[in-house]
Amino acid sequence: MNEYLVIMRLDLITKEAQPSPEQLEGYMKMYQDWVGGIAAQNKFIGGTGLATEGKVIKPNNVITDGPFAEVKESIAGFITIKARDLEEAVSLAKTCPILFGEGNSVEVRQVSGRHQDN
Amino acid sequence: MNQGELIPHLFRTEYRKIVAVLCNHFGFDQVEIAEDIASETFLTASQTWGLTGVPPNPPAWLYHVAKNKAKNYLLRVNTFEGKVSPQIINATPNSYETEIDLSPQNINDSQLQMMFAICNPAISAEAQIGLSLRILCGFGIQEIADAFLSNKETINKRLFRAKEKLRELKIKIELPSPTEIDARLAPVLTTVYLLFNEGYYSVSQDNTLRKELCLEAMRLCTMLVENNDTNKPQVNALLSLMCFHASRFDARFGKNGEQILYEEQDLSLWNTDLISKGAYFLRAAATGNQLSKYHLEAGIAYWNTQKEDTKEKWEGILQFYNRLLQIEYSPMAALNRTYALSKANDKEQAIIEVEKLDIKDGHFYFALLGELYTGIDNELAKQNLEQAIALAKTQNDKQAIQKRIDLLTV
Repeated sequence: MNEYLVIMRLDLITKEAQPSPEQLEGYMKMYQDWVGGIAAQNKFIGGTGLATEGKVIKPNNVITDGPFAEVKESIAGFITIKARDLEEAVSLAKTCPILFGEGNSVEVRQVSGRHQDN
Repeated sequence: MNQGELIPHLFRTEYRKIVAVLCNHFGFDQVEIAEDIASETFLTASQTWGLTGVPPNPPAWLYHVAKNKAKNYLLRVNTFEGKVSPQIINATPNSYETEIDLSPQNINDSQLQMMFAICNPAISAEAQIGLSLRILCGFGIQEIADAFLSNKETINKRLFRAKEKLRELKIKIELPSPTEIDARLAPVLTTVYLLFNEGYYSVSQDNTLRKELCLEAMRLCTMLVENNDTNKPQVNALLSLMCFHASRFDARFGKNGEQILYEEQDLSLWNTDLISKGAYFLRAAATGNQLSKYHLEAGIAYWNTQKEDTKEKWEGILQFYNRLLQIEYSPMAALNRTYALSKANDKEQAIIEVEKLDIKDGHFYFALLGELYTGIDNELAKQNLEQAIALAKTQNDKQAIQKRIDLLTV
């Protein structure tokens, strides 16, 4: 089994892309059902959600409010999964419900190494 | 209560207190001495009370005798060591002179500390449960053997090895410091929960014994909740979970000890008092920002106390299983989650998901497939249910599945 990072990119800035609380609740259910399905196959490792605010730091101490304000797609969160190969990882990732949204995307990357903390 | 019932009753409630206090006083390496003194105390009681009658305050009598026996023991040891190896005396200065404190407060503290000493991942889960039953719950070796469907010899060996191991590790009898408490609580809660499950799902046919295991687990967890240092959200969640489960204890078995399925249980036998207690501890668990697996399992158990088959119920159960599986995978949770998915969403989606599961054996898997195909493809449903019967281990399970096949063909 290999480890894969599934990066979810969402349109966070378009006004029409802002969901109502009811829509948001529906999205949360779809998202949890999707992750729960991966976990039920014992292929879920971990997940991280991200706040919409942040900063981007560039050389020469240039700090900006990030690409969030400049590009339509920004990283909303990522999960780490187990899969035999890239093909299986893609098949797990492609049912991610954010793909119902126009302009959103999911990127799958194999984890190739880890910085040890000991 | 006549004398014949009184001593076994006192043994169950007082033996563990005496052992905990003495062991705390002597140190864990002397746990067997503590057990021997406690046992001798009860032997003296049964001999004396038979001649002189039961004293006015039996527990106080037992404590008094236990203290004297402990003092005599310490005196003997000190005299021996004083003559044979005086240097040891300096290492253990006059410990026989210190009072053995059998006050309610010290009994309680000692039992809590013993819980942390015994529930140590260095020994196997079975050994932790066995030692807990013996030392924290005052079970006899035969009762422990019955609970594990084993024999006295095996249990004795297992407990002996476990005590040896804890001695080697020089286990201290103390409450962990506040910074360590969460980490040290985890194995304690695991053992308490396993003890409960041992009773709840036990293969033992002895219903009284099974119930006692559950009640003991709840008692230990209550002690943790009643102590400020250990009264943590996850502890309340575990207690809530056990209250919810235990509420159906009397409804789960028929007169002849046969298991009664959830759908067929007599609601009037559900213990509403335990359901309210479960809700109380679940509210108490909802503090802080930690969501333990016990919180999620308590949430599922809460919904199971609501008999009515609503969309809301199954959606609630599904979401708790989704989160639970992310924290800790288990095949049973994966199957239950898929069943909840079929109820909250639809059967077609659940069929797609069940095929992806890494579980292609066991009667639960085929029983679930049978359930999912029911009403969609009854022939396929029947095949899967028949497969489930072939794999089911108990007559009860086989009969329950057969009932569902019979319903298909009418």
